[in-house]
Amino acid sequence: MQKRAVFGHRLLPYLLLAPQIAVTLVFFYWPASQAVWQSFLLQDAFGLSTRFVWFENYRALFSDPAYYNTIVVTFVFSAAVSALSLSIALLLAVMADKPLRGATAYRTLLIWPYAVAPAVAGVLWIFMFQPSLGILARGLRTLGVDWNPLLDGTHAMILVIMAAAWKQISYNFLFFLAGLQAIPKSVIEAAAIDGARPVRRFWTIVFPLLSPTTFFLLVVNIVYAFFDTFGIIDAMTGGGPSKATETLVYKVYQDGRLGGDLGGSAAQSVILMVIVIALTAVQFRYIERRVTY
Amino acid sequence: MAGVTFREVRKIYAGGIEAVKGVSFAVPDGAFCVLVGPSGCGKSTLLRMVAGVETVTAGEIRIGERVVNDIEPAERDIAMVFQNYALYPHMTVYNNMAYGLRNRGVPKPEIDRLVREAARILEITELLKRKPRELSGGQRQRVAMGRAIVRQPKAFLFDEPLSNLDAKLRVSMRVEIKKLQRQFGTTSIYVTHDQLEAMTLADMLVVMNAGRIEQIGAPLEVYERPATTFVATFIGAPPMNLLRLAAAELSGLLGASAAVPPEGGILGVRPEDLVLAPAGARSDGGLALPLTVETVERVGPESFVYGRLARGGDVIVRIPGAAAPSFGEQAVAIAPRHKLHVFSADGSRRINS
Repeated sequence: MQKRAVFGHRLLPYLLLAPQIAVTLVFFYWPASQAVWQSFLLQDAFGLSTRFVWFENYRALFSDPAYYNTIVVTFVFSAAVSALSLSIALLLAVMADKPLRGATAYRTLLIWPYAVAPAVAGVLWIFMFQPSLGILARGLRTLGVDWNPLLDGTHAMILVIMAAAWKQISYNFLFFLAGLQAIPKSVIEAAAIDGARPVRRFWTIVFPLLSPTTFFLLVVNIVYAFFDTFGIIDAMTGGGPSKATETLVYKVYQDGRLGGDLGGSAAQSVILMVIVIALTAVQFRYIERRVTY
Repeated sequence: MAGVTFREVRKIYAGGIEAVKGVSFAVPDGAFCVLVGPSGCGKSTLLRMVAGVETVTAGEIRIGERVVNDIEPAERDIAMVFQNYALYPHMTVYNNMAYGLRNRGVPKPEIDRLVREAARILEITELLKRKPRELSGGQRQRVAMGRAIVRQPKAFLFDEPLSNLDAKLRVSMRVEIKKLQRQFGTTSIYVTHDQLEAMTLADMLVVMNAGRIEQIGAPLEVYERPATTFVATFIGAPPMNLLRLAAAELSGLLGASAAVPPEGGILGVRPEDLVLAPAGARSDGGLALPLTVETVERVGPESFVYGRLARGGDVIVRIPGAAAPSFGEQAVAIAPRHKLHVFSADGSRRINS
């Protein structure tokens, strides 16, 4: 059922919306349009003159194999981070949903990592896995793994994925726990009486009923992996070694801020924007249809 | 099919609250047993222990010959109808009913046959493709019933299944549940706080209060010979009138042969057993209570007269029709001796036979 608000004055609804619209215009549409404009420009090396070059920046971008590499890295990274943080968080939430002694303390502890700043989280993981100092790196070495994220791209990738996923687990955990607690207990009891054992109960009842939460978190996590992991990557690997952990967002920063290629960087951010819009649209259109109930 | 037996069953929750305080009784195979009592009396807890969704603190529950205390709900071969129906919201009605059969590995054509048969009995065939949220309360109730009968379990458990329905639907579903139970002959345990539902459905009535059993018996037996004052006031509406009487008054009423405890007792008389006579009337050897009329409730076929007794206390008299006395009128409520119930002074025991 939808409720319709009735306003006494014709201007009032617009007035009430104005602050939100102003914020969106100033902090989103304006910079976004700037980026679009900028992506058509080319500056000389000293920043003295600017030329309008149409799609030259995009053409350069798509003829650069390094850019495709970054796209692959980003997708691998996002998929791994989302899958890892979602599945671990779901596992923890299912555990925490059981009536346990000290459940509140356990839940609170699980929420803490979310309060850790990305860069700090990155530094923590660096320390643990630093090849010569890190306590966990040492453990890995004694197990016979030649662990070195400073030189080995795969190792570096695993490391940033773990750190980024770890950071997001708390958030996912909270939502999963809330989602689990919203499932009526009697439905699960009914399933138990209907002869479903715990594992089957989970996959046939709990998981489908949780799908709206899972779907929401999937969108949030992918967006997180695309954008909010910048701090972690910057602190841990700086995109290296040899661009093995350079995601799209990091490359925007790398090329624009460090490389001084404003036009190219702007073109990348426009592409990024399109990817995210497309991703969200696809998710909402196709996945939500299968989200039952 | 099988009976259900309780032996010294106890439930103590983690907080130390004792919800069920040592309960023993047996529901014979095929019987319709109704657990009735006020909320918090432990009746739902008892039912949930049979289902296996609540652990048994002490004692023993048997379904048939098997002790089920430590057996998973899935293994108990029972079906339960919940107060909120607990349908699986993401499944169609068909799948809701088929779920239990699939879990038990019943072959597909057999599932289809059983589900359609159950749907036919409950007249929900045209709803099979719908989701629970597209159903009305009464239809959901039927689906919940369907989910129970489709498996042909050893026992049906009902946890206040009708309390979410409106009054009219409740009456028709009540009749239907009774009919279905007769048809299947499956042992059933039914929990309710509604004494009318309890009276009409039960073969065997178990009245509970504060975690204990107050009385077990056939509904009419419980109505006619309540074992305690709690049962006397809980079964029957409006409730039985209770009067505290001294020993001398009691023996005067019951005759010298009756064994009356020296501390006196509680006299009970049902509103429907009282007759209203004009002021000054007397009863031959029975009860005569002079009163002043305070309120009259007319419900059509009968009226309830609320009176203030001359000796102190209140009384309710049920009289047929709407021709009731008016406010402030003096009258006498009369009952024959064989309609009187006498309980011990603390109400825990019935004294007369």
